[in-house]
Amino acid sequence: MIKIEKRNDVPTTLYFLTPFIAIFLTIIGGGIIFYFLGFNPIEALKFFFVTPISNLYGFSELLLKATPLCLIAIGLSFCFKSNNWNIGAEGQLTFGAIVGGGVALLFYDQEGFYILPTIIIAGALGGMFFALIPAVLKTYFNTNEILVSLMLVYVSKLLLDYLVVGPWSNPEGFNFPETRQFSNSARMPLLFEGLRIHAGIFLALLAVMLSWFVLYKTYLGFQIKVSGLSLKTAKYAGFKGKTMILVVFMISGACAGLAGVGEITGPIGQLHRMISPDYGFTAIIVAFLGRLNPFGIIFASLIVALTYLGAETAQIFLQIPKYTGQVFQGMILFFLLASDYLLFFKIKILSLKKNDLRH
Amino acid sequence: MILDISFIGILIGSIMASSVPLILAASGELITERSGVLNLGVEGMMIIGAISGFALMVITDNLFVAIIGSMLSGVIISLIFGFLTQSLLTNHVATGLALTIFGIGLSAMLGKNFVGIPGKDFPILFESLKESIPFFGPILFGHSIILYFAFVLPFLTSYFLKKTKLGLIVRAVGDSPTSASNQGINVILVRYCCILYGGSMCGLAGAYLSLIYTPQWIENMTAGRGWIALALVVFATWSPIKVLIGALIFGGITIMQLHMQAVGLRIPVQFLSALPYLMTIIVLVVISRDSRKIKLNTPTSLAKIFYKEK
Repeated sequence: MIKIEKRNDVPTTLYFLTPFIAIFLTIIGGGIIFYFLGFNPIEALKFFFVTPISNLYGFSELLLKATPLCLIAIGLSFCFKSNNWNIGAEGQLTFGAIVGGGVALLFYDQEGFYILPTIIIAGALGGMFFALIPAVLKTYFNTNEILVSLMLVYVSKLLLDYLVVGPWSNPEGFNFPETRQFSNSARMPLLFEGLRIHAGIFLALLAVMLSWFVLYKTYLGFQIKVSGLSLKTAKYAGFKGKTMILVVFMISGACAGLAGVGEITGPIGQLHRMISPDYGFTAIIVAFLGRLNPFGIIFASLIVALTYLGAETAQIFLQIPKYTGQVFQGMILFFLLASDYLLFFKIKILSLKKNDLRH
Repeated sequence: MILDISFIGILIGSIMASSVPLILAASGELITERSGVLNLGVEGMMIIGAISGFALMVITDNLFVAIIGSMLSGVIISLIFGFLTQSLLTNHVATGLALTIFGIGLSAMLGKNFVGIPGKDFPILFESLKESIPFFGPILFGHSIILYFAFVLPFLTSYFLKKTKLGLIVRAVGDSPTSASNQGINVILVRYCCILYGGSMCGLAGAYLSLIYTPQWIENMTAGRGWIALALVVFATWSPIKVLIGALIFGGITIMQLHMQAVGLRIPVQFLSALPYLMTIIVLVVISRDSRKIKLNTPTSLAKIFYKEK
């Protein structure tokens, strides 16, 4: 007989162990799907998870993709910890890139040390402003932030589309939907010759350090955690709920905006329609997989970045669509959420005793 | 610019056709949300429906099998969501997002060998009447059976929710799961059923796209319609009849874009495309400002996890 009991407290070891269980199950699940599609599962999984990072270039690509994921997820962890469901990071990333890109285009024929910092600040402010919309509507009009932040993703993507085909399109660009190339001063410095990894990674690492400090060493971090655990307690403690909502959304939006700026001033170098392969949505998975913990998020962003890279490699070697990466991303989150059940419930296997039969 | 009466008839006919997937998916999601479950996986379920419908059509050469199969595949994929959120008590928002991401990926994998295969003609009803009656012909006739079903569905949904006992149970579960449970209603079972029904309608909406509207398989062919359907449910303030009106407005905007480009009006297409999303935000603000108003229609327990201590 199986008995399910509610746990009183969540065991810490299990809390950080379940992400690994989820990753393990995802790899097995992926193998099964590959088998049914007619591939040798071991070989296919090797193309997916090993081949992409078997050389230095691949490793640099992994860090390149993990950078925006890590940045956005760090921002989202502030929102999710305090029970604010900002799922529009993709929109905040896009709007940050629009504002930052706009500044970069102002200086397209100029060089100077001040250009890149201006762009970065502009991008962070852009993302922050865009995240403030759902936050203000939530605090003052009681609007559901899930739906508003989601709707705004499409609004910002359409705005970007309008700008790159319309007013901001490259005058010498033969009507391609893209802007001018940014000047060299507007680009993130590359860390190594011949590799695409750029200085943006330091922004991500800085965000990790700062978020750890704020979440675990400041009064604001304490407020955020208490509100996440129990809104009632937070109210009794007299925390200013409205201000906190605005602050966590601003942090989250700024991080997403930074990620957007990092992409356009890093590997892309201009604005066009496809500045992000849904990093903003995938970062939600990263945040969960990293257990909303700054250092967990670093680890999770590397794993999820690998699914992006793996899909690209598998597309070349196995001729399967690049969307395959999303199958793995979806599965990771499914298995992670499912294994959370173990955190809150104890499953006991009871043996039937003679006494029980008498009743 | 040609703006005669028969052209307007054809225009309205095409607006109706483009709103069908929105009506189907939104009506399904509406029932799911009315039971207190927020499933953000609409886009994922639609795209799975689209590929399974198309694949079954190619394999079996039978449109009936394809349509039923697409609905079943919607049910199966929504069962993942149901199992996770209802039996394992996972967060609705995260699970729904995972479902969409997973669905888009899986459909592309399954559809790898179906890219570039031409679709089949779907039977059209009352074709002769379409040509013979000016204006009303293209509006009322010459559509597929799915379109007629879609336009009846909101009325059926409204009747179901307002006039039947089962509808009352669904609303009770959505508004106050604890009270419903105390009345002896199996909350989890009701929510499972509503989730699976939502899945079947999203599957059908996807099949409409790949079998009728643009009969072929293209990766990611739902192109955000699932998210519009989600917006539509909120836009309609959870009322089935308003879903129908909203779908026609949103569908109309899509068709208008094409025609505006043709006649050379100077409003950027992107602003029109953004309208449904902006309108939804405005509606949200208007209905949420007044807490009594939002209680009137919004399922109170939406996206909240229900756990019954045994």
